[in-house]
Amino acid sequence: MGKRVAIVGYGQTYQRSSRKDVNGVELINEAVVTALADAELTIRDIDAIVIGNMDHFEGINYVDMWSAEGSGAVMKPVIKVCTGGTTGTTVAMCAYYHVASGMFNKVLAIGWEKNSESDTTGAIITAFHPVWERPTLGGAVAGLAIEASKYMHNYGATERDGARVAVRERLHALNNPYAHLHQEWMKGIPPEKLVDLIVGSEQNAMLAYPLRMSDMCPRTDGAAAVIFAAEGSAEKIAPVPAWVHATANRHNFVYAGDVDMDRNTTIAEASKAVFKKAGVKEPLKEIDVCELYLPYSYAGLKWIEDIGFCAYGEGPRLLWDGVTDMDGELPINPSGGVMSSNAIGATALIRVGEAALQVMGKAGPRQVKGGNVNLALATGFGGCYWGDVMLLGKKKPA
Amino acid sequence: MTDWKDKVENMVYSGRIKVPYLWNVGKTGSRFLIAIRDNKEIWGTRCPGCGRVYVPPVKTCGECFVPTTEWVKVSDTGVLESFTVVHYSYEMQPRKAPLAYGLIKLDGADGAILHLIGDTDFAKLKTGMKVKAVFAEERVGSIADIKHFTPA
Repeated sequence: MGKRVAIVGYGQTYQRSSRKDVNGVELINEAVVTALADAELTIRDIDAIVIGNMDHFEGINYVDMWSAEGSGAVMKPVIKVCTGGTTGTTVAMCAYYHVASGMFNKVLAIGWEKNSESDTTGAIITAFHPVWERPTLGGAVAGLAIEASKYMHNYGATERDGARVAVRERLHALNNPYAHLHQEWMKGIPPEKLVDLIVGSEQNAMLAYPLRMSDMCPRTDGAAAVIFAAEGSAEKIAPVPAWVHATANRHNFVYAGDVDMDRNTTIAEASKAVFKKAGVKEPLKEIDVCELYLPYSYAGLKWIEDIGFCAYGEGPRLLWDGVTDMDGELPINPSGGVMSSNAIGATALIRVGEAALQVMGKAGPRQVKGGNVNLALATGFGGCYWGDVMLLGKKKPA
Repeated sequence: MTDWKDKVENMVYSGRIKVPYLWNVGKTGSRFLIAIRDNKEIWGTRCPGCGRVYVPPVKTCGECFVPTTEWVKVSDTGVLESFTVVHYSYEMQPRKAPLAYGLIKLDGADGAILHLIGDTDFAKLKTGMKVKAVFAEERVGSIADIKHFTPA
């Protein structure tokens, strides 16, 4: 058993489609400086750094070295971690393990991306097998479309159900000044009416059946930084630290044909491991808020079933009953989620940072439950269906 | 006080990295490709632990972490497990939009194969329908030697 560890500081840049005013290193620096200010620490207080982003997105190899002046890594231990879509949660896990080991007291986790600097689909396609998949594949959107189409077939879900998830994410994003997409026109219109408008819109192009433009995440420039500290220091740094109660990740097959497309088995197994360790028996009742890595709408129906918030096929009901809205029993993605901002290497770390803000009561206009958040769940997702899960809490873990 | 960086034109530097690769398929995958190229046959490997038949073949079963030991000929006909019709065009796509592709579980295999669907009206595609492999006339030892699958 390692040391108890808590998140004591969080910083993010404004998530925008293109930040031409800064290069990658300068963008990273913005998030780091903000996180240090949040924790009232200086870079001299940081013992080690873990940093990550997507392979091939910026065409930069040694991000750990390349970014040292911006990240604060000059003459410090620094490790680059890249696990695709889950990079942000994996840098968080890695920073957590550093501190839990007792070998480092305060560790900085950084995730960043400048999606605007390259061709996202061209770079993502390098994740697929060159011999078996690339000759027949239609890109990232279409890969997710296969999962959505299977979920619809298995459970009778409709395009309106998918749109209900998109509506939630975009409405929530209106409360988050850091979010990339701010669809102001949606303000004040009831979700049911918004779903009708979106599904019926001719401008809402079908990309890959059943996914339309509105079902997908944007491409974003952004960075995030989270500071982890050991018990003893954490309580002195933050009035309300966000304690790490448990974390887990799971991988399975990489070849799309061997992945179980009926269920998201990796997020299910990782969640099960986390809940077991933290003693969570009824996730829907016990967890107060979630920041889930949902890169497209139908994930918001199916994967919440796999995490264990409801039975298979009941995801749409939870959405339509408003359970996952800001004022619902289990608000999901008060930040607006991935569908409102997706600087991929930063995205999963933003889930962790946003979950921490909710626990710390510092989420401002997107704070849920009047700041009374005991447990917050964050997840990461990788494109060949692997998953990371981290559970944060207000009470010190047992 | 104005920031000294204000009102500076943002310079953007264009580049392109073009790197040729030679990906080694390995003996197991090569044997699969050769059977398609020379005999229009589809073969998989069976795990001695769980009995799962992998198509395309793998040398090691990930679940059991043991080498697969047996070659199994599977059918060129199977079930369309899931599919999508892509409506946007993109240079890395194998065909111009609209194109369809899906996961096909061949009779005798446990995993599915990811491939294109063609020679059909995409509006009539249905999950669960029977599909059959159409082999390319000129076969070179690539997964694209199966041209696509079409309703059987």
